Amino acid sequence: MKDTAESYVTKDGRTIGPVVMEMKNITLRFGGVEAIKDISFDIREGEIRAIIGPNGAGKSSMLNVISGFYVPQEGEVWYKGSRRPAMKPFEVAQQGIARTFQNIALFEGMSVLDNVMTGRLTHMKTGMLSQMLWRGAAEREEVENREVAEKIIDFLEIQAIRKTPVARLPYGLKKRVELARALAAEPSILLLDEPMAGMNVEEKEDMSRFILDVNDEFGTTIALIEHDMGVVMDLSDRVVVMDYGKKIGDGTPHEVRNNQAVIDAYLGVAHDEEDAT
Amino acid sequence: MALIECPEGQPASVPALLHRNAKMFADAPAYREKEYGIWQSWTWSQTRDEVEALALGMMEMGLNEGDFVSIIGRNRPRLYWAMMAAEMCGAVPVPLYQDANSEEMAYVMNHCGARFAVVGDQEQVDKILDVKDQLPEFERMIYLDPRGLRKYDHAALGQYMEVQQMGRDTRDKHIAALEARQAKLDYDSTGVMLYTSGTTGKPKGVVLSNRNIIETAKSSSEFDHLRQSDDILAYLPMAWVGDFIFSVGQAMWTGFCTNCPESADTMHVDLREIGPTYYFAPPRVFEMQLTNVMIRMEDASRLKKWLFGYFMAHARKVGPAILDGKDVGSGDRLKYRLGEMFIYGPLKNTLGFSRVRVGYTAGEAIGPEIFDFYRSLGINLKQLYGQTEATVFITAQPDGEVRSDTVGVTCPGVELRIADNGEVFYRSPGVFVEYYKNAQSTADTKDAEGWVATGDAGFIEPDTGHLRIIDRAKDVGKMASGALFAPKYVENKLKFFPNVLEAVVFGNGKSECTAFINIDLTAVGNWAERNNIGYASYQELARHPQVMQQVQEHVEAVNASVAEDEMLSGCQVHRFVVLHKELDADDGELTRTRKVRRRIIEEKYADIIAALYDGSPQVSTETEVTYEDGRKGSIKATLEVRSAKVFADNRKMAAE
Repeated sequence: MKDTAESYVTKDGRTIGPVVMEMKNITLRFGGVEAIKDISFDIREGEIRAIIGPNGAGKSSMLNVISGFYVPQEGEVWYKGSRRPAMKPFEVAQQGIARTFQNIALFEGMSVLDNVMTGRLTHMKTGMLSQMLWRGAAEREEVENREVAEKIIDFLEIQAIRKTPVARLPYGLKKRVELARALAAEPSILLLDEPMAGMNVEEKEDMSRFILDVNDEFGTTIALIEHDMGVVMDLSDRVVVMDYGKKIGDGTPHEVRNNQAVIDAYLGVAHDEEDAT
Repeated sequence: MALIECPEGQPASVPALLHRNAKMFADAPAYREKEYGIWQSWTWSQTRDEVEALALGMMEMGLNEGDFVSIIGRNRPRLYWAMMAAEMCGAVPVPLYQDANSEEMAYVMNHCGARFAVVGDQEQVDKILDVKDQLPEFERMIYLDPRGLRKYDHAALGQYMEVQQMGRDTRDKHIAALEARQAKLDYDSTGVMLYTSGTTGKPKGVVLSNRNIIETAKSSSEFDHLRQSDDILAYLPMAWVGDFIFSVGQAMWTGFCTNCPESADTMHVDLREIGPTYYFAPPRVFEMQLTNVMIRMEDASRLKKWLFGYFMAHARKVGPAILDGKDVGSGDRLKYRLGEMFIYGPLKNTLGFSRVRVGYTAGEAIGPEIFDFYRSLGINLKQLYGQTEATVFITAQPDGEVRSDTVGVTCPGVELRIADNGEVFYRSPGVFVEYYKNAQSTADTKDAEGWVATGDAGFIEPDTGHLRIIDRAKDVGKMASGALFAPKYVENKLKFFPNVLEAVVFGNGKSECTAFINIDLTAVGNWAERNNIGYASYQELARHPQVMQQVQEHVEAVNASVAEDEMLSGCQVHRFVVLHKELDADDGELTRTRKVRRRIIEEKYADIIAALYDGSPQVSTETEVTYEDGRKGSIKATLEVRSAKVFADNRKMAAE
């Protein structure tokens, strides 16, 4: 394991920084159900970190702990060198953590552009009154934010649907719009909850490319949950494997693929290599 | 700076025109591009400065006179500027089709020995890097969009704006040399080299001189009264001669503004926002737009549908006559005005045609219904006939003499001759200099007196002087019975049906004609949706019995109409199949300009053609397909062979 405070360079030339977020002995209970049992892992700056596991393994709960939506009963979340107290989700967002949702949570009646602009909310400082009057600072701010939003629209190649109401878009594009909205917040950590669920091969390839490009172009740290093994193994630098709320593996895709506990629990004993590649 | 002028005192090179425009139209918009949701624009004087900065930067990088510079990407102002910058340096720009695969690019770049390339984005950079080993003369690449390219080895790679900056920084060092190089450019120096799409064999590099470009731009601009205040939308491939002449030649000559869309997907929105006054599109674009209008009208409320039907019927009756300035009764005129208010105006606005003063279509025959639809709306859509070797213009339709079945009268300065075998020859100031490194082909195409063979068979209508094109001369053959075989004639008739995207007719030397049909997924798919017909793939839809039945009806309708033509009644389609895949340029079946490559199709589908002639009711086949990313796969299918009703030539029977 590399030193948590040191940077290193990956084989494809990307620089992975020191640890930016650390989960220490997290336990999360819903009544009598232990969704997460004593899990620890870290996320390094600039890396793509995947969390995988079978249905009900606690992946989404884990993501909700990172995003501050759930407060674990035990354990600590360390972010940028200090322990994070229990927070409201919007406070977490202000700290630079943005996310997408497994079952798409966009404003269906609003246009793509307006949806992306909502991602800029944490960057808007002018009050409601001045925004209503549309004078001075509010106008300037809107122009600046629109510029950021437009660059992201360009980046994700959704110019053609800029003015289209989200409700009229196909599923794959909605997912991309959601990514655009998360990116508009200019997050330092981006959480993706099953970004490729329900997509066809072509859409998956597009999405994978966008995830890699985001990481490459903006240096955004990405933590993602994904079911598609091929995608996870191709995309991520390191993988955490969960099963029944416990961590059963952690390491590079190669290490995880050859971890017997992971093979047994998740990938299945009978057809291990086939699923893993 | 003293630049050479041609005898009439006009600038004698493209860079000279740019300098003239920077002075004459200094603050008028020259280029616009939508980026980040906003139309960015550059005036002529800004354009000149941008082009000059790039030219200086390329000189610093070592671009020499006579070098070739490949330019690859979608239509963007900066890529047009790259062409001009290359010309300023005394180099020759060679625009390539942006969807060409790496092998096609390797062939062209190797053939001209390109030392530099200016490309749009990572995709193009990757393609060139893939084949770099096959390009011994290739040295430097300049890219526009830095996305995804940060970690590439930048030893031989430079970002466009950085090259321009370098040019500005080293201005003092190179400006004198750059001006000296421009001063050397005259009417006979090469302005651009464009590769033909290559319907048969390898593409050929057509060398066009400044004379070709400027004379053509000048006479065609005058022919259509183009103005400095005109706007065009540049969205057709930059490697195609038409785009070069419209967006560079005529734009430079008249000083109008070239607008570039944000991306290929946003073309229609951008078209509407710009509202071009001068517009060009191949027939399929008009066809697609009409299909979309019709599909959307089907979903409209009953009142709207009725209004649309009522006024469109009136437009068809009097619209073209009003457009041509003919006598139309005042009652009809009033009704047409009402229609303009309720239907035509809003429709033209939606299509982006509100301001079109001159519209052209060319490249293929356009269906008469489609052509009349646009003309009846009051859009001055016309046809022209041309080719790369002529710097586009051979014939064009003057205002007031527009018909769907001719390609017009000779353009100013063009002479026409029809050879004994029916092939059309022309001679004009636009006639190309030569095929690069191919003296043999040059001699085969252009004779000592400057007459060029078009390769098309046609005839001139005696009473109107309009040229009519029948088919490619080499495709015109004889049936076993000795009757004339002109496949394109029949194919065009088939393609006029919205359901038919592509058709290939066989029968040269045979006793009967047969055909391959490609259905149009948009039109047929919409019909299927409307009629609750489920389908999972193109292949499944293509062999649906009801689709087959519709195609059969179309084929029979075409047969009935072909039967009426004395000369070509032998070309009726006796048997046909609906193909299981779309003919595709990636598979080599079409050219990049979407023209059918007969030889290749004949070889590739020999088994299906055999089945069309041996009377089998169906045929099983396996076809190799190439995906967009270059991977190959294959699809298997069993195709039904159908027989179509043919019609006797009544007149001949009566005569006997």
